[in-house]
Amino acid sequence: MAEPQPVLQMTGIVKEFPGVRALSGVDFRLFPGEIHALLGENGAGKSTLIKVLTGVHSLDGGTITLDGESVRFASPLQAQQAGISTVYQEVNLCPNLSVAENIFIGREPTRAGRIQWKRMRREAAELVDRLGLDIDVTAPLSSYPLAVQQLVAIVRSVGTGDSVSGGSGTKVLILDEPTSSLDRGEVLELFSLMRRLKEQGVAILFVSHFLDQIYEVCDRMTVLRNGTLVGEHMVRDLDQVGLVQLMIGKALDQLEELHDHQLHSDVGETLLKAEALGRAGGIAPFDLEVKKGEVIGLAGLLGSGRTELARLLFGADQPDSGTVSIGGKQVSMNAPNDAIGAGVAFCSENRKTEGLVPDLTVRENIILALQAARGWTRPIPASQRDELVAKYIKALDIRPANPEARVGQLSGGNQQKVLLARWLITQPKLLILDEPTRGIDIGAKAEIQKLVVSLSEDGMSVLYIAAELEEVLRLSHTIGVLRDRRLVAQLTNGPEITTSRILETIASGEHQ
Amino acid sequence: MSATTQTPTTPASSTASKAARLLGDRRLPVLATAALFLAMYIGGLSRYQNYGFAEPQVFLNLFIDNGYLLVAAVGATFVILSGGIDLSVGSVIGFTTMFTAWLVERQGVPLVIAVVLALGVGSFGGFLMGYVIHNFEIQPFIVTLAGLFLFRGLCLVISKESISIGDASVSSLAQTRVSLGLGELSIGALLALVVLGIAFYVLHYTRFGRRVYAIGGNEQSAMLMGLPQGGTKIAVYTVSGFCSALAGLLFTLYIQSGDPLHATGMELDAIAAVVIGGTLLTGGSGYVIGTLFGVLVLGLIKSLIQFEGTLSSWWTKIATGVLLCAFILIQRAMTARKKT
Repeated sequence: MAEPQPVLQMTGIVKEFPGVRALSGVDFRLFPGEIHALLGENGAGKSTLIKVLTGVHSLDGGTITLDGESVRFASPLQAQQAGISTVYQEVNLCPNLSVAENIFIGREPTRAGRIQWKRMRREAAELVDRLGLDIDVTAPLSSYPLAVQQLVAIVRSVGTGDSVSGGSGTKVLILDEPTSSLDRGEVLELFSLMRRLKEQGVAILFVSHFLDQIYEVCDRMTVLRNGTLVGEHMVRDLDQVGLVQLMIGKALDQLEELHDHQLHSDVGETLLKAEALGRAGGIAPFDLEVKKGEVIGLAGLLGSGRTELARLLFGADQPDSGTVSIGGKQVSMNAPNDAIGAGVAFCSENRKTEGLVPDLTVRENIILALQAARGWTRPIPASQRDELVAKYIKALDIRPANPEARVGQLSGGNQQKVLLARWLITQPKLLILDEPTRGIDIGAKAEIQKLVVSLSEDGMSVLYIAAELEEVLRLSHTIGVLRDRRLVAQLTNGPEITTSRILETIASGEHQ
Repeated sequence: MSATTQTPTTPASSTASKAARLLGDRRLPVLATAALFLAMYIGGLSRYQNYGFAEPQVFLNLFIDNGYLLVAAVGATFVILSGGIDLSVGSVIGFTTMFTAWLVERQGVPLVIAVVLALGVGSFGGFLMGYVIHNFEIQPFIVTLAGLFLFRGLCLVISKESISIGDASVSSLAQTRVSLGLGELSIGALLALVVLGIAFYVLHYTRFGRRVYAIGGNEQSAMLMGLPQGGTKIAVYTVSGFCSALAGLLFTLYIQSGDPLHATGMELDAIAAVVIGGTLLTGGSGYVIGTLFGVLVLGLIKSLIQFEGTLSSWWTKIATGVLLCAFILIQRAMTARKKT
């Protein structure tokens, strides 16, 4: 197949944020009439690339050519006028306005400054019709489900492009995770609209976490990792296992590694049981059983629903369905307070924003959860408090060992330990650790892992979420594999379980 | 398991249809307020029939006595529709009364020029507040609170005592009545209705008006849709400043004096009228016609209490409070169902 001229070419794109190089020299091209997937884990630079292209962010280096002409957009409006339209993950429309208005707002047909409502409704209806959709354009947008709103957003993009350059204005349509909250039927409707636009010669850039969808609808894909280009492939040339390897950046055989640590086998009776627990847009209903003293590791790509699962168990998000029982008693998990009361502790992955109070001292941060559990009217006696704090500072080797130091000044590893100490002091039955080792040095990492092992030996159950599969494999009795916001498999750890086995499960979604 | 992905089914469809029914009736709150007004009016008719309540002029007096409030509330409607709030309304009105009286009485400035200056100062004040709100991304509440203190302070800078206006043209203007057959309206009341009509046209038939709704619906979206949300926001506060100044002029005409303490807290009456008129405090939903009914309901409460004769005028505040509370609860019920 002779390759035609790309409609859009981005070369050597560089984007820096204070302290972070979000994109370093990324190349990207897009051909007319193709659906092109942009892939990578969270933080790989997909969104940044799109934002640089559409003028939301300014460009720090590199060139963008559209139809052979060098362009640089200062705002999304300019990009739209040049024929690049974007539909974001969240529907960025105004739910309080009618469908027709949402399609036309900003470029309503007017005569002498007066909006021509009839003409606007007629033209909106024609556009909707041309794209093969069945939507009443006079109804308010909020009367339609999210999926239809998503379609309206696409109609708007197409319509905006049309009005600018007359007839076939939209050259590039960017769909940034449009499917993340749609159900299967809705996804199919979206796909058929995408294919129709593709036939009309529109180049579509499609971002999705759902690998199956990529294989279903896309022609070509570009993979990013840590802000660099990993490769551009035709979808038919690369299977899912290969793709996951590209995204994670490790070949399977590199990951083969024997775990030297012997897991203790002293696992007791069931502590927590979740049945059909789920939340729309977060994670599909799942069953999970946690036994006393058991470590359950959760493995999956970033954005696969690991954190969402944990947040449900902690009551940080409210489930739509399912039940949780702890120690055989059903409990309602509607707020973190319920979970804390039931003996569940949660160390958040964003320790800075969701866990610690950086301006308070180590002592105050450690005592926070215990005080909350006791109720604010019953202060902990000072002597008992100092004793507890000193004990945990010693046990976890928090440095500096000064209870009056401000937490904000501690290193990442030590902050993590403070957060751990806070929850350990309440003596939880189940400890949920969401990426406890992220961003901390290797020594502190090993200490935290050792701590997890010793806690579980003492009979505490731990739900352990980590990006590194080796870590999960080393610590866990059971490994829950997540993919596309679904708990696809629960593997009992043993000699036959290897990181490559887990990777295969992540890639295929099948429990072999 | 097959390789096909099943994403979780969202409950969006079921909640959306619920929301659809409610939002299909977006005019519902306005109709409710209109019905309430009608019910109160009929109640008044039956109770005070022998005291002249049935005179058409009693109805028209609602416009004469509340024209300035209607103008202020129309400005507040713009702000609230855009998702903001303007607390400076009462102070700007008070300042305008002082400023105009001072110009006309103490400086001998011709009335026309005083009017233009007063409108200019009010609009510029609104523009400044909008500019600060947009460019420094500060909550409108705080910025307009600063405006509230600033304008009230400026009143006292002009004079600590009230200035009564003895200018002949002002009093003749204030006395002028336009006959409508059944009764008559003052110049102020007519102006207020003109302002209402213009506001309706602007909100529904101009791009600016639709942008106000869009920003109130979802500001982030409005920006991503390429709408100039900053300019719109600044314009909204400018409109509110202009309306406040115009309301101040009508108020001056109504009581023919300037006083540093005039219209203290009137911003709250304006906001109450807007909310009772069915505009959502969160922005994006509501009608300026509803604001008219809101003002009329507040005015009618005052009239009814006057007709009752034995009740203290503080009952106006109590009734307003109860109504406001009821309407806020209705709004809450509506928005709570809108959210998934």
